[in-house]
Amino acid sequence: MGNDFKKRFMSNRMAVAGSVIVIFLFAVSLLAPWLTPHDPNAIDLKNVLASPSEGHPFGTDPLGRDVLSRMIWGAGISLKVGFVATGISILIGTILGALAGYYGRWVDALIMRFVDIMLCFPTFFLILAVIAILEPSIWNIMIVIGLTGWMGVTRLVRADFTSLKERDFVQAARAIGAGDLRIIFLHILPNAMASVLVTATLGVAGAILTESALSFLGIGVQPPTPSWGNILTAGKDNIDIAWWLSFYPGLAILITVLGYNLLGEGIRDALDPRLRR
Amino acid sequence: MLRYIAKRLLFMIPLLFGITVVCFTVMHLAPGSPTDLQTQMNPRASVEMKERLRSMYDLDKPLPVQYIRWLGKLAHLDLGISFSTDRRPVADKILERLPITILLNVLSMLLIFVVAIPLGVLSAVRQDSLFDRVTAVIVFIGFAVPTFWLALLLMILFGVHLGWLPISGIRSLNAEYLPPGMAFWDLIRHLILPVLLAAFGGLAGLSRYMRANMLEVIRQDFILTARAKGLSERVVIYRHALRNALLPVITILGLSVPGLIGGSVIFETIFAIPGMGQLFYMAVMARDYPVVMGILFIGAVLTLFGNLIADVFYALADPRIRVS
Repeated sequence: MGNDFKKRFMSNRMAVAGSVIVIFLFAVSLLAPWLTPHDPNAIDLKNVLASPSEGHPFGTDPLGRDVLSRMIWGAGISLKVGFVATGISILIGTILGALAGYYGRWVDALIMRFVDIMLCFPTFFLILAVIAILEPSIWNIMIVIGLTGWMGVTRLVRADFTSLKERDFVQAARAIGAGDLRIIFLHILPNAMASVLVTATLGVAGAILTESALSFLGIGVQPPTPSWGNILTAGKDNIDIAWWLSFYPGLAILITVLGYNLLGEGIRDALDPRLRR
Repeated sequence: MLRYIAKRLLFMIPLLFGITVVCFTVMHLAPGSPTDLQTQMNPRASVEMKERLRSMYDLDKPLPVQYIRWLGKLAHLDLGISFSTDRRPVADKILERLPITILLNVLSMLLIFVVAIPLGVLSAVRQDSLFDRVTAVIVFIGFAVPTFWLALLLMILFGVHLGWLPISGIRSLNAEYLPPGMAFWDLIRHLILPVLLAAFGGLAGLSRYMRANMLEVIRQDFILTARAKGLSERVVIYRHALRNALLPVITILGLSVPGLIGGSVIFETIFAIPGMGQLFYMAVMARDYPVVMGILFIGAVLTLFGNLIADVFYALADPRIRVS
């Protein structure tokens, strides 16, 4: 891998564009306190729903808060949600998939039937139902998005494990007396990580989309904490007078999701050019 | 064929059972008692009344007993009574709203089918052409667009600025007084944006999938044979290749059911469509647990049936499935 991977990745313009977007978003979230022209929560009732101008490039919201500043803070929120939620689903999915693929038989049957059952639920319904019970908060939505998104990872890791466990290096490890846990985590898992990495990158994009939809519906990140989704809620309420409230935050979501998708596909192509569609 | 359907139905039983267990577990994630909501706000609620409420919802019994009782009610399609002030049976509230949600989803599915398949086929047939590349870019952006944002933009454009389409509800205020033809047209006008947007997410996915299938089929031996026989390119592509590439699409349509149903929450809320999705949203906001659980259950069952129908159609279309 190593050098080959780097060369293939760097020669893929789309992949590089994706990384630039992702790095940019990280920079924006880290530097938010220094980048924002205004305090994101500063209410200015003399200046409500002001259209874009020099002082407020993206206009102001119904409370007179600067939309650009709120969007800059929102970048960090969406990254946090994306990464924590995806981390949770990857963790659960990898462990369950590894167990199912490695042990096979009833362990496999049990885990995969559970996956089938979970896949029957429209994910958005499941998330909303749990949120209705647990109260919406940024932590709860991270956890819930994570807990409802592991099924695909499980299937993927299981498929990798079922084929990898038959390979010679696993037989060799077993021959020198390595235990199950050692074989699973030290020998097979590193070989399955490539596809997990790709899924994780695409998963961050999905989690950010879900978070914004939830916040848009008022069941996600709660105001006054700014999130791209909850700025859009104000956009919907003022749809006939303030287009900027709807336009810019959505564009930010689109670019972010596009960035992670490009990065994920880029990693996939660079890891294994044969997988290229 | 009947044996195949019977077998699929049999396979559904453990899944259905699992669905009820998950629903029941979610319901009992709630800290405290679900009836707290009704008594908390009411200073006159006595201890006896709380107890009466608890026993009304069977909350005073051990969990396994509660589960069995709930399952028993479920078997009679009794989903409980809504917590909201109308106190109506949950099943009635859902059933009266189900047709509009199903209508929306069927229409979006048809739209996905009608647009995505030709798009995928053309991209595959003209692989790497300008058309193929442009659709690839559009599809890639399509994957990343938050559809609720697109909904807002289209509402601003067609509803607010151009004033061509209504942006809320499924009928105009004066719909009752319109002649039947106009009333129907009124309904169509209200459905255009929601159906278009609900279909949007699926469009990108299915057209890519169709393209990949088609590319795979075109490279197979029987296509070479068809060409070698001297058949025209049209016949080769549309009669021989397309049929085989279409088969797996049936499964994908079945698999897209949960996404469409889940999305109905967003579209019905944005466009104020009185369907199951909007009811779900309102129930979540009001913490009307019986309605939330009822819809969660119905949503899963609809998905299960969507998959069953897809499987049956696949078996009808491809005899190899029935035999094995």
